[in-house]
Amino acid sequence: MQKTKRNLIIIEIVGVLLALLWLSPFYLMVVNAFKTKREIFEGVLGLPQALTSDNFVQAFEDLTFIQSFFNSVIITGMSVGIIILFSSMAGYVLARNKSKLSGVILLVFVSAMLIPFQSVMIPLVALFGQVDMLNAAGLIFMYLGFGCSLSIFLYHGAMTGISVSLDEAAIIDGANRFQTFWYIIFPLLKPISVTVAILNVIWIWNDYLLPSLVLGEANATIPLKMFYFFGQYTKQWHLALAGLTIAIIPVIIGYFFAQKQIIEGVAEGAVK
Amino acid sequence: MKNRDFTFWLFLTPVILGLSLVVVIPFIYGLFYSFTDWNGIKATTFLGFENYIKLFQDEEFRAALWFTIKFSVASVILLNILGLILALLVTRKLKSSNFLRTIFFMPNLIGGLILGFIWQFIFVSVFDDIGTALGIEALSGWLSTTNTGFWGLVILTCWQMAGYIMIIYIAYLQNIPNELIEASQIDGASSWQRFRNITFPLVAPAFTISMFLTLSTSFKIYDQNLSLTNGGPYNSTQMVAMEIVKTAFNENQMAFAQAKGVIFFLIVAVIAITQVYYNKKREVDM
Repeated sequence: MQKTKRNLIIIEIVGVLLALLWLSPFYLMVVNAFKTKREIFEGVLGLPQALTSDNFVQAFEDLTFIQSFFNSVIITGMSVGIIILFSSMAGYVLARNKSKLSGVILLVFVSAMLIPFQSVMIPLVALFGQVDMLNAAGLIFMYLGFGCSLSIFLYHGAMTGISVSLDEAAIIDGANRFQTFWYIIFPLLKPISVTVAILNVIWIWNDYLLPSLVLGEANATIPLKMFYFFGQYTKQWHLALAGLTIAIIPVIIGYFFAQKQIIEGVAEGAVK
Repeated sequence: MKNRDFTFWLFLTPVILGLSLVVVIPFIYGLFYSFTDWNGIKATTFLGFENYIKLFQDEEFRAALWFTIKFSVASVILLNILGLILALLVTRKLKSSNFLRTIFFMPNLIGGLILGFIWQFIFVSVFDDIGTALGIEALSGWLSTTNTGFWGLVILTCWQMAGYIMIIYIAYLQNIPNELIEASQIDGASSWQRFRNITFPLVAPAFTISMFLTLSTSFKIYDQNLSLTNGGPYNSTQMVAMEIVKTAFNENQMAFAQAKGVIFFLIVAVIAITQVYYNKKREVDM
């Protein structure tokens, strides 16, 4: 037993060292974001001479961070909201209607997940361009199209745990279908809604290629703005790193508050 | 609920519209246009398989495809080894177990574009400084050669995704009944024997899942490619996804790029269908 305990301590130390190695890119990013251009040139491994916020102030302004942050929040929030609402409705009726047709519809949605983005992006942009929908509203609709398949699949799976007698009781009490869904079923789907929300937020918040094809610079989300910003500051690492640090902060804060749900949600989404 | 029930269709309308307008119709349009000289606005002539013949003779596309295959193989192997090691590590009774999970998973939440920029700094500046300090020449000039660009992308992908694969393995490791482990301890099995004969066979399904998951993800990588190497030097680290975007939006060869997109779809579909086949087979075996 003594030996097992010693082994555990060794494993613990290895684990913590590995975690520090894992974090080292973030550490190096933050430390060097405080340096001047000259200090970075002299060495990236040491600590900065003084803690000044100059780099951060300039990066914050050049990223128009408040604007980009709100653009990201609106696009991610609206997209995930409609994905949750419409996918849960679809998962509900597809699970309740046990006909061949329901099976076929579900299969079509699931099969569509096979299509990679690069195989549809050119006609997609061309079609939406023709009807003048290359804007935030068009983008949100596109996220519904790309995101609903996995979400419907997850909702459909979760519906099997919810008894039909609940629907029947609600209908007898005089509720219509939508009321039944909204007041009885949807609240019961909350755990899977959390999973669906997490998976879609991670994806949409970080997505670069689709917004780069749809949005202009005025409506740029954080990743898109980051791309322009980085191009502007090539070889000026002190500013680039300050910008990257700022861009990551919202994600780290979110992770800090919801890490348990995030890890569980991602596990659920992956294993299914 | 009857098939022609009004609510049935009402509840499905938004997602059917979404999927049709965003995925299905563009896909069918794209398939049609890949046989023409479409320039993004109009198509004047039907070319038959000309774009497809041209595509297989296109050095750049072939190079990108080959690079993507090599990258995917390296990433899939390393990611699964690393993910399994991390999972085995954090499922021991460690005090820091939860903390370690949180840390290893963290890079997965941040976008590939941002992570690629951070690692560009690590490879170019930090590696160079460490190399100079320790006198290791191999650490200088990263990302300026095809080889270092390749391994740079592999390292970035492993660092970003290992925590995700770890979580999949954890889910399966936790399903191993404790009695099995205890029984083997009483029987005097060494930790290697325990891993080989109990843990490994029970975690095998996770292997299939994460192998295909990592394969299809690494095959479709774009953001990391763009921000870490941007395909350089001389397009030698360019992957298929990026090559298609460039053909379309930098070179404006829409129909040609669309044909590449169709081939890309076929490859990804074959990977996915193989996975479904294996999963079905496994279920039968059990």
